[in-house]
Amino acid sequence: MTSAATIPEQSGGRLTKLYGVLKDIMSRPSGAIGLMLVMVHVVVAVASPWIVPFDFKRVDVDLMLMPPDGGHWFGTDQLGRDVLTRTLMGGREAMFVTAIATPIAVCWGGFLGILLGLAGGRIDDGLMRVVDAFLSLPWILVMLLVIVIFGSSMPVLIAALGFFYGVPVIRVARAAAHTVVARDFVVAARARGHGRLAIIRVEILPNVLDALMVEGAMRWSWMLLAFSSLSFLGFGVSPPTPDWGLMIADARSLMSVGPWAVLAPIVALSSLIVGINLTADALAKALGIDRAQKAPV
Amino acid sequence: MVRLILRRLGLGLITVALVTGIIFVAIEMLPGDACVAYLERDAVGQRLENCREQLGLNRPAIQRYGLWVGAAIRGDLGVSASGGKDIATLVGDRFRNTLLLALCAIVAGVPLSLFLGVVTALNRDKSADLVVSSIAILAMTIPEFVTATVLIFVFSIWLEWVPGIVMTSAGAPVAAFFPEIVLPTAALTLVMAAHILRTVRSSVIEVMASDYVQMATLKGVPYWQIIFRHVLPNALLPAINVVALTIAWLLGGVVVIEKVFNYPGLGRLMIDAISDRDIPVVQAIALILATVYVAVNLGADVLTLLLNPRLRTLQMRGTR
Repeated sequence: MTSAATIPEQSGGRLTKLYGVLKDIMSRPSGAIGLMLVMVHVVVAVASPWIVPFDFKRVDVDLMLMPPDGGHWFGTDQLGRDVLTRTLMGGREAMFVTAIATPIAVCWGGFLGILLGLAGGRIDDGLMRVVDAFLSLPWILVMLLVIVIFGSSMPVLIAALGFFYGVPVIRVARAAAHTVVARDFVVAARARGHGRLAIIRVEILPNVLDALMVEGAMRWSWMLLAFSSLSFLGFGVSPPTPDWGLMIADARSLMSVGPWAVLAPIVALSSLIVGINLTADALAKALGIDRAQKAPV
Repeated sequence: MVRLILRRLGLGLITVALVTGIIFVAIEMLPGDACVAYLERDAVGQRLENCREQLGLNRPAIQRYGLWVGAAIRGDLGVSASGGKDIATLVGDRFRNTLLLALCAIVAGVPLSLFLGVVTALNRDKSADLVVSSIAILAMTIPEFVTATVLIFVFSIWLEWVPGIVMTSAGAPVAAFFPEIVLPTAALTLVMAAHILRTVRSSVIEVMASDYVQMATLKGVPYWQIIFRHVLPNALLPAINVVALTIAWLLGGVVVIEKVFNYPGLGRLMIDAISDRDIPVVQAIALILATVYVAVNLGADVLTLLLNPRLRTLQMRGTR
């Protein structure tokens, strides 16, 4: 249950509100740490091609699994490639794909959810059964089937993640809309004869937006998790593109000889996902949304 | 009461029926079919025709769907495309192994997380709470394969306490999986316990702030009596649903963990079957996992209904 039904502030523009929320996040230690982690990762992902010390795909058989030293700060992997370079670049594809797929998921799931919450009745009941059916399938099965059918190119991954991770958003948006539809201002708007879309845009969306933003932040971290798990299993990014999931999978078998090659991508991936989660938690608190009852779907 | 439970059961059955539809349509979209995948280069002419005839693949889709569902209801899941083995027996052992793993994680994780959840809530914002809650957030957010890799590195390679990989074959007796099952169980428990702990913690905190608990405190009821008589029964009810959702999720999340540890369960079989395009096996596993998910959720709903008189009457009136 989300308490998204706060009355939107009358005065002050969106920027003021955004500034207030940001300040609130930064005032909590966990939120500040989280936001810093995310920002560092975003900057590194954008800038890495220009700042990395080596070519990410240069193989050197003389340098196989060298421990960290002055030249290669994080050592080299089983093919003699620089681990620091590959770790800095390893999040690019994952972050790019999920950064596009997350808004897609939140938009379509949010819109359909609000529509269902407003419509109610048979359509609502029926479509919620379909949503339940989708949710009862493990995400990994669904994603693997899509990849086997359409391949694992970037557009396919974006479309698949955007679609399937939008399904649970329907539930959240519907629940949030439910708390609003029965309220006076919506009834009044209906009585004034406003159309359905106008009611959604003017009356419901401002009240549901907070819940959707928090949901979006969570979806982002779950998508990253899915993306890197798929890479780890060998169904995602194809070599030699550096990717954390793939790097961990490759270096894992040689963990006893060269733990640095697996440690660097582990720290990178974990810090990003933890960062997003801390930020999402702080955002939820700043917006006054209770995420405690959140189910791990 | 009975009507309500029957209604829930009906909804669950509808969900499973829809799942069969989704699975079937998705599988229909796969390029090629079981015979093309099985015969590989020989998949031409008469041989392909014979294979399709044998597996009944040349019938119209709707008829095949009916046959598949009909057989599945009778417990016949068909034969696998690669090797023509009976899927029910093939899946049976793996399903038992996955259940064993899940059961170990539940036995270890549920009491632990309930206990820690209550303890952290009662010591809110003290150092014990901060430490446990931070670990829980880490365990919950970091991908399973990372947790598993770290566990293998620490306990198998570095300390050499337990084996880091499962070598036991799928059909081996249950006892043969110890001690190899320890690390997969630990990886699974960490993730599962973190979710339950967080819910229980916030639920207990919420109840502690309620009017009736404050009333009891003012009346001078002893602290532990308040906790056991007033707080826990009210706080742990919502936990039932989260435990169920976590268990249901666990059956899907177990896939990655099984693959990492080479554990011969349903999840690893699923990944292998998808790579091999062994369509009948994929269908069967998807159906089993979805059914378990629905069943566990249904069980939790019914249990909550039975235990909470308020919810019972509330839901009588509304139709949800």
